[in-house]
Amino acid sequence: MDTQEILNKFKPTKDNLLPILHSLQDNNPQNYLTDEALRATAKHLNISLSSVYGVVGYYTMFSRKPRGKYVIRFCTSPVCSLMGSINVLDFFSQRLGIAIGETTSDGIFTLEESECLGRCSKAPAMMINKQHYVNLTPELIESIIQQLKNS
Amino acid sequence: MVEEKRIALKNSGLINPESIDEYINAGGYTALKKALAEDVSKVVEELTAAGLRGRGGAGFPTSIKNKAAADFCSDCEKYIVCNADEGEPGTFKDRIIMETDPHILVEGMIIAAYGIGAGMGYVYIRGEYYTSISRIKKAIEQAYEKGFLGKNILSSGFNFDLEIKLGAGSYLCGEELTLLESLEGKRGYPRIKPPFPAEKGLWGKPTLINNVETLANFPAIILNGGQWYRSIGTEKTPGTKIFTISGDVNAPGFCEVPLGVKLGDLINDIAGGTTNGEPWKTALLGGAAGTFVPYSFANIEMDYDKLKAHGATLGSGAVIVIGSDKPLIPTLQNILKFFKHESCGKCVPCRLGTNYIYEQSLRLTNEKPQGRSLLLDDMIKQAQIMAKSSLCPLGQSPILPIESINTHFREQLLNE
Ligand SMILES: Cc1cc2nc3c(=O)[nH]c(=O)nc-3n(C[C@H](O)[C@H](O)[C@H](O)COP(=O)(O)O)c2cc1C
Ligand code: SF4
Repeated sequence: MDTQEILNKFKPTKDNLLPILHSLQDNNPQNYLTDEALRATAKHLNISLSSVYGVVGYYTMFSRKPRGKYVIRFCTSPVCSLMGSINVLDFFSQRLGIAIGETTSDGIFTLEESECLGRCSKAPAMMINKQHYVNLTPELIESIIQQLKNS
Repeated sequence: MVEEKRIALKNSGLINPESIDEYINAGGYTALKKALAEDVSKVVEELTAAGLRGRGGAGFPTSIKNKAAADFCSDCEKYIVCNADEGEPGTFKDRIIMETDPHILVEGMIIAAYGIGAGMGYVYIRGEYYTSISRIKKAIEQAYEKGFLGKNILSSGFNFDLEIKLGAGSYLCGEELTLLESLEGKRGYPRIKPPFPAEKGLWGKPTLINNVETLANFPAIILNGGQWYRSIGTEKTPGTKIFTISGDVNAPGFCEVPLGVKLGDLINDIAGGTTNGEPWKTALLGGAAGTFVPYSFANIEMDYDKLKAHGATLGSGAVIVIGSDKPLIPTLQNILKFFKHESCGKCVPCRLGTNYIYEQSLRLTNEKPQGRSLLLDDMIKQAQIMAKSSLCPLGQSPILPIESINTHFREQLLNE
């Protein structure tokens, strides 16, 4: 779907700004909001471009930088940390050869830290795009990487 | 032995959450029919009799909020908003309701809307809760098809529309006035209270905001009566509560039990005891904006007032158990990092304060007991200043975990 098609699905009222941004980002293969899409959004809602940028910058789920095909949100909140998430995250980061916030050079993975994802009874947990993964161990991370690389 | 008593979770795991017919076969939407057949004032009446208190964390009497919204004006536009932004660390009760029985929330919202005279409602769900979002979306569509939503619901003359809105990764947007800003499509900066949402809420109109679990109790209260609900739980906090238990326990998970349950019983009977078999070191109650309690609290009955009398909080119902073999400083640092990250930066005491106390907490690691003692005192002082001078409840929260951990575990923090 191109930007205009997405915008046309939403009534041009300001309360639709967040739903529009979610939809635009979800439809971008690099999981981010392009400047061109944000300009079109401002025009569609008849609001200033700076107020659109303000909203995008405020919410952590939105990105103005291209990201990988798979965005990893790794939970480091109290319960996951208590259950050893930091070690697993370190392994993940070394295995992908990137630091938190970075994208692999092949454009496949972006590694992000996340606050509590509400999967605390199966900590450590993470999400990759819309899928969640729980009870994480280095072995499990290894097999997830292989699986996603091959898909 | 503690036994579960399921009201909000009565269908959870027993029916297909994507089938409205299964919900109806389990008795669903009969409460709505009953409510619509009676006078609107009956909803607030039953809520008052029930003594239900908000399950979003603050424990505010639900009937008072509902009555204020109902009475504010009779013929004006009003809104109802369900707070499904669940972001308090260690909490996942609302997710369980939405994923396993979305219709109970939809039915609860329609009843609440009828009671206050709202024509439009929103479920504000955190953006990462993809399954909850799709389940609620589907439930809303099915409720429209069956005539439980839309115009002239079940030929009662009552009209009500319901929509989903998504959050986008901000804990602060779970605070009710900030949530309204976000719903209106803005950045999540808090509004000043008063005015309260019951007078001036969404787009300046009277608005009722309730948590998912709160609303999920409405159908049973209408169906069985407020008196029935009040017979469960404790005198000051009737009913059941969903607790989510995590950390160093054998069977982490969730349960719905009558309020007044003992903390020790929750951990032993429900969560299978600690992983190393020894008495737990601490339980963090209510998440990051919560309080640390020691093992000696095992026999305290869990309700808002009894915990408060002991300087603790029930909050969202999160119970994070830390085993005897684990240090406490890393968890404290983690919580303070959370507040630093989630501070919106609008007011100076919180913007600078959350940064400062986090930095101070990092220094604890390499200090000797004497240095740690000075650092702790300084952190408490800063958190107290923040509690007094911050604009919204987020900046007023760090004092809760810091003060409680210091009260019960100062020796441990100095020497671990
Ligand atoms: C920083 C902050 C975050 C909050 N997050 C939530 C939340 O995720 N869900 C919720 O129901 N209430 C949350 N609350 C409490 C709400 O402000 C409000 O009290 C609640 O939605 C009222 O509903 P209730 O009366 O049914 O509990 C939060 C409060 C603060 C200060
Ligand atoms: S207290 Fe913190 S979160 Fe609240 S308005 Fe001030 S800076 Fe923002």
